[in-house]
Amino acid sequence: MREVAILGVGLNKKWGELWRMSGRDIFVEAALNAMDDANVDHIDSMYVGCMTSGLLIGQEHIGCLMADYLGSGPIPATRVESACASGGAAFRQGFIEVASGLNDFVLVGGIEKMTDTNDDEAIDALYAAEDVLYEAYQGVTLAGLYALMARVHMQKFGTTSLQMAHVAAKNHKHGAMNPVAMYPFVITAEDVLKSMLVADPLHMLDCAAATDGAAAVLLCPLETARKISKKPIVKVLGSGQGSSAIALHARKDMAVLDSVVKAAEAAYKMAGKTPEDIHLAEVHDSFTIAEIMALESLGLVEPGKGGPASESGMTALGGKIPVNTSGGLKSKGHPLGATGVAQVVEVALQLRGAAGARQVKNARVGLTQNLGGTGGSCVVHIFEAV
Amino acid sequence: MHSPARYWREIPQLYRMEAGKCQSCGEIYYPPRLICPKCKGRKFETVTLNYEGTIISYTIVRTGSSQFEDLIPYAVGIVELDGGGRITCQIADCDFARLGVGKRVRLEFRRIQEDGEAGIICYGHKCVPC
Repeated sequence: MREVAILGVGLNKKWGELWRMSGRDIFVEAALNAMDDANVDHIDSMYVGCMTSGLLIGQEHIGCLMADYLGSGPIPATRVESACASGGAAFRQGFIEVASGLNDFVLVGGIEKMTDTNDDEAIDALYAAEDVLYEAYQGVTLAGLYALMARVHMQKFGTTSLQMAHVAAKNHKHGAMNPVAMYPFVITAEDVLKSMLVADPLHMLDCAAATDGAAAVLLCPLETARKISKKPIVKVLGSGQGSSAIALHARKDMAVLDSVVKAAEAAYKMAGKTPEDIHLAEVHDSFTIAEIMALESLGLVEPGKGGPASESGMTALGGKIPVNTSGGLKSKGHPLGATGVAQVVEVALQLRGAAGARQVKNARVGLTQNLGGTGGSCVVHIFEAV
Repeated sequence: MHSPARYWREIPQLYRMEAGKCQSCGEIYYPPRLICPKCKGRKFETVTLNYEGTIISYTIVRTGSSQFEDLIPYAVGIVELDGGGRITCQIADCDFARLGVGKRVRLEFRRIQEDGEAGIICYGHKCVPC
């Protein structure tokens, strides 16, 4: 297997309700930013992470569509779908393709166009990430399922609503320093607790917002990057993916994300690292409880300590292990397929020392964790500045 | 709108609460499956799940899609049925303040949703406090 590097990264200029832009234009903007960042003008192959284009804009087959509009010629171009983990799963495919020796310059993008429809349709589309016949059938929203997980976690470990609120407040504090973020402003834990209940115990400000956005990274062999890159080089050190039952009720212990445990185990093993070696992480905070559970399932904290860690500032910038310096899904917004790729963008910027005001000092090793549905899919990657 | 077959084929599970019991390891699967993830057994016996059980988690859905708009707010939960099997379902006819993990409930056959404005009426089970 060849060693793989990240040669370029890019996001579209601003995430949010982008009524003036089509999905294809948002994608191309991010992809061009990644190619310009890499200083290359051709790619050999492309993967696009996306969950809902068929449901929300009636467009499937977006691999070739995006390749066409990117002007990249008749290259292999494939869409990857794993619900909210589509971006991470696409990244893993790109990594595998470069590592295998099949192609040298592989672009991995993620895109979601979620505001060309009304809220009902967007919620219905999210139902598709659940077990449609045995969860969504009964009207249990995705927020509802995370609320069920939160309740189990609270029952088992004593996790509190205030601890969850601190996750949102921390991520907004980080996101306020990210010009791409949809909601780049500070909120307090009290604001979260005062916001309306969406599904008890989750409040509106415990939830990440559906939005439009795209992200892209350009991968190439490490050896090539050493020759042509003028920027600090970030190596993909480990890749892991895992799955679990799609229906929450089918998992024995609902307080653990076993797909995360599995994916992390594989990624740590390939990277030759342990949780203690990680300097920063971008984790999947689609709901605040998801970040708490991710911290635990990744082994960054002990089981049951995710809540106290979030409240103590351990996961904030300046803390022991900064988590979601980009603002996370919570502040940045959650354009499903773009999310997993954008996590890689943030970690790459941090490891290059190019994250500006939100830079983690001396960051050498970073991790990304991207989750699909309520944890049916998970993709974890580990990166190192070399 | 989906074809009637999509719902018709689920009638044993959704309407009659039939599950598959692995003949080699005894694990119960709801809905039934073709292979047991635990022991790889492929022979199953059809069993009917017990209609009484215990709430192991619950929430109150306060924002939802148009399909369930009339019900908002409504309670949903995961119920561990006596003798095995779990179901995610609505908790009907309940006082939200009295909901709790460990509360006893029983399943009742109810109308769940409609598939589109002129679509099929879909039934299934909700649970109610015992």
